[in-house]
Amino acid sequence: MRRVDLTRSLSAAIAYVLASLPLGAFEIEDRRQYPGTGPDMVRVISTADLDVFEPFLLRLQQEQPEIGIDYYVASSTEVHNAIRSGAAFDIAISSAMDLQFQLANDGYAQLYQSDVTDALPAWARWRDQVFAFTAEPAVAVISRARFEGLERPQTRQELIALLRAHPDIFDASVGTYDIRVSGLGYLFATQEARNSDTFWRLSELMGQQRAALYCCSAQMIDDVASGRLVMAYNVLGSYAVERIARDDRLEILELEDYSTVMLRTAFIPRTATQSEGAALFLDRLLREGLRQTPDAWVLPPLGAADQPESSTYGPIRLGPALLVYLDRLNREAFLSAWSDAMVQ
Amino acid sequence: MSRKSPPSMVWRSIGQRLTLLLALIAAVLAVLSWWMVSSFAREAAERTQDNILVASATTIAEALRSEQGVIRLELPYSAFAMLGAIGEDRVFYRVAADGTVLTGYDDLIPPTLPQSPSDVVVSTLEFRGDPVRMVTVRRTVLAGQQPVPVMVSVAQTRAGVAEIGLGLSRTAGLLSVAFFALAVGLSAFAARSSLQPLNSFAQAVTRRGPSDLRPLRRRVPDELEPLQSSLNRLMERLGQSIRRSEEFIAEAAHRVRTPLATVRAQAELALHTVEKDSEREMLRRVIRAVDESSRSASQLLDHATVSFRADALAQERVDLGELAARVTASLRPTAEMKDISIRLDTAEDALVRGDAILLESALRNVLDNSVKYSPEETEIMVSLTRDEATWRLMVRDYGRGFSGEPLPELTGRFRRGRNVEKIVGSGLGLTIAEEVLQAHAGRLELSTPEDGAGACVALILPAA
Repeated sequence: MRRVDLTRSLSAAIAYVLASLPLGAFEIEDRRQYPGTGPDMVRVISTADLDVFEPFLLRLQQEQPEIGIDYYVASSTEVHNAIRSGAAFDIAISSAMDLQFQLANDGYAQLYQSDVTDALPAWARWRDQVFAFTAEPAVAVISRARFEGLERPQTRQELIALLRAHPDIFDASVGTYDIRVSGLGYLFATQEARNSDTFWRLSELMGQQRAALYCCSAQMIDDVASGRLVMAYNVLGSYAVERIARDDRLEILELEDYSTVMLRTAFIPRTATQSEGAALFLDRLLREGLRQTPDAWVLPPLGAADQPESSTYGPIRLGPALLVYLDRLNREAFLSAWSDAMVQ
Repeated sequence: MSRKSPPSMVWRSIGQRLTLLLALIAAVLAVLSWWMVSSFAREAAERTQDNILVASATTIAEALRSEQGVIRLELPYSAFAMLGAIGEDRVFYRVAADGTVLTGYDDLIPPTLPQSPSDVVVSTLEFRGDPVRMVTVRRTVLAGQQPVPVMVSVAQTRAGVAEIGLGLSRTAGLLSVAFFALAVGLSAFAARSSLQPLNSFAQAVTRRGPSDLRPLRRRVPDELEPLQSSLNRLMERLGQSIRRSEEFIAEAAHRVRTPLATVRAQAELALHTVEKDSEREMLRRVIRAVDESSRSASQLLDHATVSFRADALAQERVDLGELAARVTASLRPTAEMKDISIRLDTAEDALVRGDAILLESALRNVLDNSVKYSPEETEIMVSLTRDEATWRLMVRDYGRGFSGEPLPELTGRFRRGRNVEKIVGSGLGLTIAEEVLQAHAGRLELSTPEDGAGACVALILPAA
C-alpha cells in the first residue's frame, strides 16, 4: 500500500487556514477571492478544484459584476464538518452527495425555491434544499503506454480476467480511492458494492496486487499520465475528460456493464448570511446543470445522466437510502470488509 | 308587495325559500363531506406512513444479529429506500440495546418503549425543529448467554403526508363545490316542481268566472286537499249567503211594491178630488216618488231574479222580435206621459236561446233607462238587426248620453253616470242588462251615436 499523498495539499492549506476563516473547525486546501463591484462576498465552500470551477466563477462575475465570491476548496469530509460545525458559508458544494444529503436531513440546509429549481428534474432535488447540478460517472482511466498490447476489457468481468492474467503488469500499478479518507471514494464503493458482486472480487484482486490508494482523482490521473500507474479505477469522469483533452497519454476505459453516476450537489446552509447573493449563485449554477451544451464546461450537465450508455442504473438516488452507508455501524462493517480485501 | 311588513321576516316566495333552505342543507352537507373526506384522506396517508415506518423499523430489527456475544447490525438499504416512497421527508433513526445507543441519532429518544416483541409504539413528537412520526419496535437478541432487548426507532417528518393530505383535501374541496352547485340546481328544480300543483290550482281558481261558485273538483296533492275543501266550503257558504241576500231583496222588493201600488192608487184618486193647484202638485210629486220607488223595487227584484236564474239558465227558444214588441208595448204608457214616442223596427225569426224572462227584464231595464233619461217630446228607436252570428237589439235615445264614461263603471251595481243630477234612479238598470247578457254569452255595448246626441245601447246575443 502506498502512503496517501496528503502532505502537499495540507501544507498549502495551512497558509490559508491562518487567514480569516469563517467560524468552525475544518481544513481547507485552497482559497481564492474574486471581489465584485459591490461590497458583499458570497462565501462558497466546495470540493471542486479551482481550475475546474474558475471558468464558471468568471462567467458569473461577467454577468453579475457586483457579486464578489470567496471560494474555499476542501475535501468532502471537511465540507461536511465545516457546515456541521456552523461555519458561516453561503453555498456548500460537494461531490459526496450522501454527506450533503445527511446535512440537509439533519437540518443544516435552507429551503430555496425559484424558477430554476422548479425546472430541475425531480431526481435532481430533494425537499427544495439540496440541488444537483452535474451528473458525473465514475470511470477507469488507463495509460496508453503501459496498456500497450493489451486488449481493452468491455466489462468488469473481463477486467478481472485481465488483472488475473497479467499480474506482472498490474502489480502495484492500479490506483483507486482510499475510501477511508475520501468521501467520494466511499460513495462510489458502497454504491458499486450494492449494485454488483464484482466489486468485492475486483477489490480483492486489487488488494492482492497491492493497489495504490489515493485521496483524490487529480493525483490518480497525474500518476497514470506519468506512467506510475497502468490504471486508475473509479476516477471522477469529469476530471478525466478534462485531462484527456490536453494529455494524449491517457485514455478512458469504457466499461459497458454499468457505471456509477454521482450527482454533484449544492445547497444554501442555514448559517448563510448573503441570502441574495447565495440565491443568485445557486440559480446560475443550476442553470449550468440544465444547459444543453455539455462541452461548455468541464462539469457535465444533468442531461448527461439521461444518455443511455452513461448508466444502466441511473444516477445515485438522492434520498434517505444514502444515510444507510453513513451509519456508523455500516461504515465500520463496510470499511473493515474493504480493508480485509484491499489491505493485505 | 308586502310594503307594510319588514322584508327580513317575510318570504316572498315559497319556491325561493325552499331553494334557499335546500341549498343551505347542501352547503352544510358539502362542507361536512369535504371535512370528512379530508380527515379520512389525512388519516389514510398517516396510516400509510405509519405502516412504512413499521416496515422499515422491522426490517432493521430483523437485520440485528449477535456475533461472539456482540450485537451487530448492518442497516438494510431497503429499510431506508422505502422511506423515500411517501415523499421528501427527513429521516431519523436510533438503535439502542439495553439503554446503550448502537447507532443512529443519540437524541432521538422514544417517549415510551414497547414491552413485548409484538408491541409497536407509534408516537408523534418534535425533533430538530420539525414534528416527526416515530415508530419503535423491539427485538430480543442473544448477546452471549444474556438476552438483550434492542429497540429500533425510525422517525420521519410529515411533510409528505401533509402534502398528500392537502392534495386530496383540495380535490375533495373541488368535488364538494361541484356537488354543492349541482345540489343548488336540483333544489331549484325540486322546489319548482313541488310547487307546480299549487300554481295550477291557483290558475284553476283564477280562471273561474266571477259568479262561478261551483265547488272545485280537482285531483290535488294531499297537502292541498285541506285548502281545496275549505275553499269549497267557503264558496258554498258564500253562495248560500248570496242566495239568501238575493231572496231577501226579492222578498223585500215584492213586499214593498204591493203597498206602493195601493199608495199610488190612493194618490191618483186624491188627485181627482182635490182642487187646489198646490195640492195637486203635491200629490203629483207623491205619485212620482211612488213610481220611482216601485221602479227601484222592480229593478231590485229583477236583479235578484237574474242572479237566481242565471245559475241554472233555461235554454228555451226566444224570438227577440216578439220580445221587443212586448217590452215596448209595456213601456209605451210611461213614455207617453212624457210625450216620448217609441219606434220599433224589428225583424222576422230573430231567434236566440235563453231565458225569456231574463231577456225581457234586460231589455225592459235598458228601455226604461232611455225613457227616464230622455227629455220630453223626443223619440226612442228600438231596432233589431242581424250581424253574422249575432242578433243586435239596439235602443237609441236623444237623452243626455254617457258623457264618455267607460262601460264597466256604468254597469257596476248601484253606479250611475256623472250627469244624472235631479233624476231619481237606483243605478241597477245597466247592471241587470249586462249580467243577463253575460249569462247568455252575449254582451252589452254602450256607445255615443255619431251625431253626438243621446245614447246607444246594444244588446248583442248569439243567434240560435
